[in-house]
Amino acid sequence: MAEITTLHYLVVAAALFVLGVIGVLTRRNVVIVLMSIELILNAVNLNLVAFSRMWGNLHGQLFSIFIVVDAAAEAAVGLGILIAFFRNKETINVDEIDLLKW
Amino acid sequence: MNPAMNAGLNAGMAPVGTPWFFYVLAGLAVASGLAVITRRNAVHSALALIVTLLSVACFYLMLYAPFVAGVQIIVYAGGIMVLFLFVIMLVNIERSSKDRQFNRMWPVGLAAACALLALFLGALAKGKALLNDPITGKALWPDPVNKLAESSNTQQVAAMLYGDGGRMGEYTFAFEIASLLLLVAILGAVIMTKKKI
Repeated sequence: MAEITTLHYLVVAAALFVLGVIGVLTRRNVVIVLMSIELILNAVNLNLVAFSRMWGNLHGQLFSIFIVVDAAAEAAVGLGILIAFFRNKETINVDEIDLLKW
Repeated sequence: MNPAMNAGLNAGMAPVGTPWFFYVLAGLAVASGLAVITRRNAVHSALALIVTLLSVACFYLMLYAPFVAGVQIIVYAGGIMVLFLFVIMLVNIERSSKDRQFNRMWPVGLAAACALLALFLGALAKGKALLNDPITGKALWPDPVNKLAESSNTQQVAAMLYGDGGRMGEYTFAFEIASLLLLVAILGAVIMTKKKI
């Protein structure tokens, strides 16, 4: 089999990214939408680390660490909002989150 | 640096794992990613997401990034996923697992996502055909220059985050800002989940 190049990693990351986008666009369960966002962030991280390997410096790895920090903050706040919403409306469907609509 | 380590560094792109290993991991990551977005039960989705995260961590090991792989396992698979599982158990999953799982516009979403995938793959294929950047003339995806040492990866990351020998690191300021962001996120999560503010 051929040697694994940067392009191979980019293709895997593109596939993971698109899977995450499909999850965000089509699922109704908010928890699964948040998990799909994690999938998207992971695809970006994989790209950054592959480029870090390609150029032989560590900046990509540092960026991916900051993205992990960001993902943790996003998950904490997003799940907090979800719990507050569930307490008020007893549902976790995206379609029924329409409090600001008029 | 001893000669044995030098030989290991110069052995090409994937001395940590064979191409076979890469393809197995890629299949595992994509298959479990597919399971994340198709399962009816949210707990199953979360477990599939853990498999994806672990296979991405293995990719990091193959890319000479052991510190990022450790962060991935400890923070993602250990921290964030436990948070997700807790929330899944707090909210009522029985009702939502009997519901319709996909929204009414799902064919549109699927088509848009497929168009995005076609765009990505087209761009990558064009880049592969181009080989050299038309403006700078340099290779678009050059072969790895084999400078990443695996044994001192954590020290180098620490030098860039915290600084080295009394000097501030390149990312020290960003690191402090990140800690501020985490503080704000903690406050936000706590206030959001309080019963009465």
